[in-house]
Amino acid sequence: MKGKRGNVEKHYYLMVLPGLVWLFLFSIVPMVGIVMAFQDYNPGLGIFGSEWIGLENFRYLMQLDDSKQVIINTLIISSGKIVLNLLVPLIFALLLNEVTQLQYKKLVQTIVYLPHFISWVIMASIVINIFGYRGAINTIRSWFGLEPRLFMADPSIFRQLVIGTDVWKSFGFNAVIFLAALTSINPNLYEAATIDGANRWQKTRYVTLPELRPTIVLLGVLGLGNILNAGFDQVYNLYNPLVYSTGDILDTWIYRLGLTNLQFSLATAAGLFKSVVSFVLITISYVLAYKFADYKIF
Amino acid sequence: MVRDRTFWSRAFDVANIVILGLITLSCLYPLWYTFCLSISNKSAANAGLVTFYPIGFSLVSYKEIVSDIKFFNSFWISIQRTLLGTGISLLVGIMMAYPLSKSKDEFRSRDIIMWLLIFCMLFNGGLIPWYITVRNYGLLDTIWALVLAGGLPIFNTILIMNFFRSLPKDIEEAAVIDGAGPWRILFGIVVPCSIPVIATITLFVGVYHWNEFFHGLVLMSDATKYPLQTYIQQLVVSIPTNTSLTPDQYKRLSELSNQSLNAAKVFIAMIPMLIVYPFLQRYFVAGIMLGAIKE
Repeated sequence: MKGKRGNVEKHYYLMVLPGLVWLFLFSIVPMVGIVMAFQDYNPGLGIFGSEWIGLENFRYLMQLDDSKQVIINTLIISSGKIVLNLLVPLIFALLLNEVTQLQYKKLVQTIVYLPHFISWVIMASIVINIFGYRGAINTIRSWFGLEPRLFMADPSIFRQLVIGTDVWKSFGFNAVIFLAALTSINPNLYEAATIDGANRWQKTRYVTLPELRPTIVLLGVLGLGNILNAGFDQVYNLYNPLVYSTGDILDTWIYRLGLTNLQFSLATAAGLFKSVVSFVLITISYVLAYKFADYKIF
Repeated sequence: MVRDRTFWSRAFDVANIVILGLITLSCLYPLWYTFCLSISNKSAANAGLVTFYPIGFSLVSYKEIVSDIKFFNSFWISIQRTLLGTGISLLVGIMMAYPLSKSKDEFRSRDIIMWLLIFCMLFNGGLIPWYITVRNYGLLDTIWALVLAGGLPIFNTILIMNFFRSLPKDIEEAAVIDGAGPWRILFGIVVPCSIPVIATITLFVGVYHWNEFFHGLVLMSDATKYPLQTYIQQLVVSIPTNTSLTPDQYKRLSELSNQSLNAAKVFIAMIPMLIVYPFLQRYFVAGIMLGAIKE
């Protein structure tokens, strides 16, 4: 019997082998490159020949005004997204839950998921058009006699624009989990509330919301891990040099630093900072989610 | 449930339906707007006259695309990438998920591999080391950079594994007694029992590969090798990154492009998504809920 198990296990190893090779080549090998963050990397010498300079890159990065601004922008955009991507889908799900015409409900649901599946490249091109100098927003403004504005070049509203369009693109998708949680609420609770004379608002306030609380807490906690992810794809496709002051985020900054200005060591150091902080935050959020919501990824 | 029949309750119903209707329309608007722009007369489109309906019907843009070799080239690269990328991810993911769905007694390295996966999911070397690695492999400017460089889709593999674990044990036991080996059990019994989850993940991975533009931008130095999204990104969104740009220059630059032709390209790029959308619809709710599986 023991031999049989060993035989089956051999096949199990064969099965995981391609995945492990893939993981090794594209996830683990790049981790070796992290040493560049502690070197003055010279492409000609490679990571084994370049000079070691300790924490010099990190010290240099911390002195830059850019890096502070970029972190501030990242935190503002991502926390705005985390909060609103929780609240808006929740409110939307609650409103949709009040609709009694089932076909209408189904139609709304079918359509609001759509933007989530369209790439940011395409969505950004549309957003830039709509908010463009001659776009829909300025057309509507002109009906009220307002002067057209160059929205996409205005640093004072760029963050709001990023947060707003992200919430709009994904609220339908994010609402799915709430809608599922709503259907699993025990109908007896509503009947009891009706007998007690509760109106619709009171039922929402005292039955629905408490029942959704675990889901809200779970999503909020898991969102924490994303605090340094302000959304590269979106910002990269929406921004331009005129709004760098408020719109440049860690990921776009690292990209330009490394692949446009070819500052490999500095960009690696900045990336390592992001990876480490994110790793710690995600781990904390998973532990919290496990403790408070019994959530396990496996 | 007894319906609330007060005036305010009914007023709320009406307002609610109107608000939800407007929200829904806003989600359809980008699609409609792009379509209108693509079938509008060129000068009307460039002058920014198109807002809510097409102006000066014209199919010139679509006629121009028919002879645009670069566009179709990128379209074909995206199709290849999506098919290869989805196929390989799914096959490797399924093969990996099955042994990991076993207990530690049945597959001794299970927990170690699991922790390795979780670690690689949460931590990465960052953009530059990743880029240099892919470059050292000699993959730049090849389709394999687009297919493989994103790495093993770990989260999807875990979702498949969670589903495999939730299958009843008896179906496999019966097959073992009949003398079936692990490969026959996996592909003959476990996979056919998991069609819903596999369909969901196929769609997710497919959408990812179709929509991904960044790898195309970074890993392809030759513009003729761009996948469709990168091609479109260069076409419509690209603004020079020099910091001396002034608002006036920005305005002029954004007015230079051929709006109607670009819109037609964007619209064609959305069509594959619209075709699979009904299927996506059916499966993805189930898929999201998989992510929330509890033991």
